[in-house]
Amino acid sequence: MKQYQLSTGEKKFIGSHLLVAILALAVGSLFGPLQAFEHAGWDIYPYIKPLIKSYYQGLTVHGVLNALVWTTFFIMGFLTFNVTFGLKRALRNPTLNKVGFWVMVVGVVTAAIPILANQATVLFTFYPPLKANWAFYLGLTLVVVGSWVEGWGLFATYLGWRKENPNERTPFIAFASILTALLWQICTLGVATEILTMLLPWSLGLIENVDPQLARTYFWFTGHPLVYFWLLPAYISWYAMLPKQAGNGKMFSDSLARLSFWIFLVLSTPLGFHHQYVDPGVPPVWKFIHSMLTFGVFFPSMMTAFTVVASLEHAGRKQGGKGALAWIGKLNWSDPSVAAQLLAGILFFFGGIGGLANASYNVNLVLHNTAFIPGHFHLTVATGVTLSFMGISYWLLPYLTGRKLWNPKWAVAQAWTWFVGMIIFSNSMHVLGLLGAPRRVPLGLAPYVPAEWNSRLLQVGVGGAILFVSGALYLTVMLMTALNKEKVAEEVQVPIAESMQDPALTPVWLDRWAPWIYGTLALVVIVYGPQLVDMISNIALTSPGFRVW
Amino acid sequence: MSTNQIHIDPYERNWMIISAILLVLFATAVSVAAFGMGIQVPAPEQRVDPRTVATDPNSPWSNPGLREIEPGKYDAYVLARAIPSWEYLPKEMTIPAGSSVSFYVTSSDVQHGFKIQDTNANFQVVPGQVSKLTIKFDKPGTYNFICTEYCGSGHGVMYGAIIVTP
Repeated sequence: MKQYQLSTGEKKFIGSHLLVAILALAVGSLFGPLQAFEHAGWDIYPYIKPLIKSYYQGLTVHGVLNALVWTTFFIMGFLTFNVTFGLKRALRNPTLNKVGFWVMVVGVVTAAIPILANQATVLFTFYPPLKANWAFYLGLTLVVVGSWVEGWGLFATYLGWRKENPNERTPFIAFASILTALLWQICTLGVATEILTMLLPWSLGLIENVDPQLARTYFWFTGHPLVYFWLLPAYISWYAMLPKQAGNGKMFSDSLARLSFWIFLVLSTPLGFHHQYVDPGVPPVWKFIHSMLTFGVFFPSMMTAFTVVASLEHAGRKQGGKGALAWIGKLNWSDPSVAAQLLAGILFFFGGIGGLANASYNVNLVLHNTAFIPGHFHLTVATGVTLSFMGISYWLLPYLTGRKLWNPKWAVAQAWTWFVGMIIFSNSMHVLGLLGAPRRVPLGLAPYVPAEWNSRLLQVGVGGAILFVSGALYLTVMLMTALNKEKVAEEVQVPIAESMQDPALTPVWLDRWAPWIYGTLALVVIVYGPQLVDMISNIALTSPGFRVW
Repeated sequence: MSTNQIHIDPYERNWMIISAILLVLFATAVSVAAFGMGIQVPAPEQRVDPRTVATDPNSPWSNPGLREIEPGKYDAYVLARAIPSWEYLPKEMTIPAGSSVSFYVTSSDVQHGFKIQDTNANFQVVPGQVSKLTIKFDKPGTYNFICTEYCGSGHGVMYGAIIVTP
């Protein structure tokens, strides 16, 4: 059976997302190793001073480009692919999607200018009253608004499909992608409010002062669900593509996959206070409620772990794998897309365990803002998500361009070096955090570093060096593939793992949007509403801006 | 087959039950530590005006430092600031072992952090708010407190120390 064809225009459009994403990753990732080397006592920042003024400016570039730009562009491109390919339907209003994309591009450029000019060295959390140039806030706003518009284009496409197919189950990859785009629309209301009501007018000189505690609360309304916006696209691939690639496996349970996505939608926003456990201006009762809801979101993660591993096991046994664990060896490890995503999944598992420690209300007292945190999120967003996206791009780029993947062996080596480098880097960061090392500090220069941290700091540098090699491998493979003269013989087959159980048997209530959306909004209002109303009605606009970098 | 029933594999059902039990265990452990053993997170204490908190003569942070409330019990008013240079006031505090200290920390400019090494004291310092936690120091030694929130180019050198004498 011939697979559904995307138009050349649609392929180009999705490819443009990949281009911006990979460019952002290329620049942003340069600074990761610089930070790691600094920790190991080899500070390169003084040598690049004409270009980048400080460790913190480098850290801002790293965080904004990697965590915000690489992810958002890759995700919007991947979701667009999933919706059109999954529904077998062209975008309903491609102009809308294009407008969204270009608004995002203009936003990135607008924010990049002050960052590179050292006018926005506020890191990717940009907590006021550190005050960046207005163009930084405007640029971020445009990126978010652009991603909303692209989301509307996807919703319009879905609604068009639904009208044409009133009784069909939404194909899984399209369903999960629409849900991810919807989650993003809900959760970004926080940061949009923060920027539009406070930071942007403040940086333009229209208002003099802001309320930093309220700003933090708006920020983390978005900040945690942002994690699920990163993660769910990787989950889509793990659930519905990877088992097929790994050995012609099927998705173990269609209905539980959908149920876990619904739970992610409902629970991902109303738990932002778990980033504010040690904030002075939030009552402990709300912190505690959010901590319990954070444990709740552990549940769909466990369901995901089961279904994904069961689907992979199905693939492994199909390839003749036996035993309790020996089937793992039968998976298609020589395919770089498979190797990258399997390794990403393994490290993500440990990232999840560390996340439970962070989420644990008072346990967080020993971890908050220590090196444990970047150690944690380099396992989650920088490996679980990023290495999976790299793996996806190993088939997606050949699919979009019709050019063969250049040197797949290098790509496999890329996945393994990322895995090894990240184990060394992240493990030492976790340990440093437990020993009390703060995050966001050039520890090579800090005056309070005890001798017992030194061996770990050196390991941070070693991990960074290996990751640097891995990043260079990735960019080389991508660049050489984009330029590859060798074409694929016929269109790359999109890996879709069919469900073991006929999706038509999936209960109707797992394919109805309204009740879940109302439930999500209601829960947000219940667990965020009272405290937000209190903070807004007692707003204290008392903080003028500071530029102290 | 009814389309309202969700099909769940027996293995997966067991897995879900185990996950739920784990969650209950975690929640219980955290709750016992919080409400049984009193390991608590900061609560709203007081609001101040960061523009005047360091200069207003009525503000305790215009004269930061230790106050002995009763023997072995102290209040410590600590000011975190990036301007003119990244530091805590006071930079050093000396107390005898066995003392219990309530820290009241605020900022006169940007956000800071306050983490006392080898203790459970670790919180955000947000301008306009006062962060409070009480810590008992039983073991003599030097306890550094360090800034854990990015506060500008001197963030990495911002720290102070509590010296606990035998």
